[in-house]
Amino acid sequence: MEKRFDSAAMVLPLLGIGLMLIIWTAISLKVAPDLPSPWRTWQESQNYILNPFFKDGEMNQGILRFAFLSLIRVAKGFSLAILFGTPLGFLLGLSPKFHQAFDPVIQVLRPISPLAWLPLGLVIFKQSEPAALFTIAICAMWPTVINTAMGVRSIGTEYLNVGRVLKLSPMKTLRKIMIPATLPYMFTGYRLSLGMAWLVIVAAEMLTGSPGLGGFLWQEYNSLVYSHILLSVLAIGLIGFVLDRLMGVIERRFKTA
Amino acid sequence: MAYLELKSVCKEFPRPGRSGVSAAVAVLRDIDLSIRENEFVCIVGRSGSGKTTLISLIAGLIEPESGEILLEAKPIDGPGPDRGVVFQNYSLLPWMNVFENVYLAVDAVAHDLAEAEKRERAQHYIRLVNLSAAMKKTPRELSGGMRQRVAVARGLAMDPKVLLMDEPFSALDALTRGTLQEELARIWMETRKTVIMITNDIDEAVLLADTIYTLTPGPGATLGPAVRVETERPRSRSELSGDPGYQRARRETLSILRSKKTASARRAMSAGAEIILK
Repeated sequence: MEKRFDSAAMVLPLLGIGLMLIIWTAISLKVAPDLPSPWRTWQESQNYILNPFFKDGEMNQGILRFAFLSLIRVAKGFSLAILFGTPLGFLLGLSPKFHQAFDPVIQVLRPISPLAWLPLGLVIFKQSEPAALFTIAICAMWPTVINTAMGVRSIGTEYLNVGRVLKLSPMKTLRKIMIPATLPYMFTGYRLSLGMAWLVIVAAEMLTGSPGLGGFLWQEYNSLVYSHILLSVLAIGLIGFVLDRLMGVIERRFKTA
Repeated sequence: MAYLELKSVCKEFPRPGRSGVSAAVAVLRDIDLSIRENEFVCIVGRSGSGKTTLISLIAGLIEPESGEILLEAKPIDGPGPDRGVVFQNYSLLPWMNVFENVYLAVDAVAHDLAEAEKRERAQHYIRLVNLSAAMKKTPRELSGGMRQRVAVARGLAMDPKVLLMDEPFSALDALTRGTLQEELARIWMETRKTVIMITNDIDEAVLLADTIYTLTPGPGATLGPAVRVETERPRSRSELSGDPGYQRARRETLSILRSKKTASARRAMSAGAEIILK
């Protein structure tokens, strides 16, 4: 019984992937002749996958090298996002006045696309790298802000009363009660923010032409090597999936604490 | 002289009306209470009679609409560790282990002690509630009874002038509750703290208290006359049932609770009758 369940868990995802490949092949054969088939994609990309760390110039590197460059950029932008987003979320959650003052601003800034932020970043910073980081940070910040604020607002009165009875100083109340009580919410925010940062990286690299998965994708589009677009797309998807799973593991650890 | 004193304390809560106009509902009215130092007082009442409100008032977590609360003849000013609270439930910080929960309280009140002394003091109170073996466990790993022991240890570790307990054992099963009641009696014999304990269990009150007050069913609850429990300590549950002092205290408390119930029911009925007559 258990064994049958296990094999289903193995077979069904493979079935899904197989079906995807068939649809992909069908589209490349019948609908869009310019779209390389899975097989052609593999043939033209295998050098990037089998030698993932080669470097043959700024814009011609192994897929893991590109991924590494993108990940570094995302790590920087994501760090900025949580560095600014967490305190902002705390302020919003703690002070109803602050919330009233800034919630409308946040609700307006939140739906702005990275494609709109990047030119602004270029105007402000004059250079592509800081502009890319700015874009990642400002787009990825909101889930952290909103989840942290919600976490702070839902700290149980019982816990706060313990702090009041003990007459803990505001700093100590923050450190011993509020931050630990908010941590699970914060990490949900961090996971969503990281997903957002990864989503933004491609746009940021495409527009700034920086080396990385997004930059590579855009360059190969311009050089008409479409199979490499597919290679980049798949790499972006896989890495995003792995990142989300990793953050999920960390998040669960804090849930039980 | 009274150690802790409540003078005609009233507490109202706003009840939002249908048209948005809020009408205040009196939860407690004319509460007069006078407690001696080292006295163990139990306040018995049905659920919904404003018991938790009364404890929150004395703790300073909420403020009365009128009346005064004095501790050592000085009005209380907000919450403070001189009135330690053992909450009904869920008040241990789940991200800290047993020791850290108690240490937090020691650390908050004993500013002038060295760290080693503070640690020793936290351990002392954990030993007092027989939890030395669970020092490093988190609240999640403890049974309900053990959690409330930690809460008691934390309350005592504040070294409060008055220990306030809000139905500390009501969520526990009967056997565990019995054990904890006897342990609390033993701890009280050792520490002789002034205690106000809220409960809905008359037997618990008679076992533990020097004086029992009853709270009429709310809204607008107030305190009934005091019932003294004269039975010698240490009291053991098994011997109590034959003790005349115990029997008398139990009977009196019960009859006050019953008579108030009928009195307020009569009041409510006659009020209803008036409305109909109009």
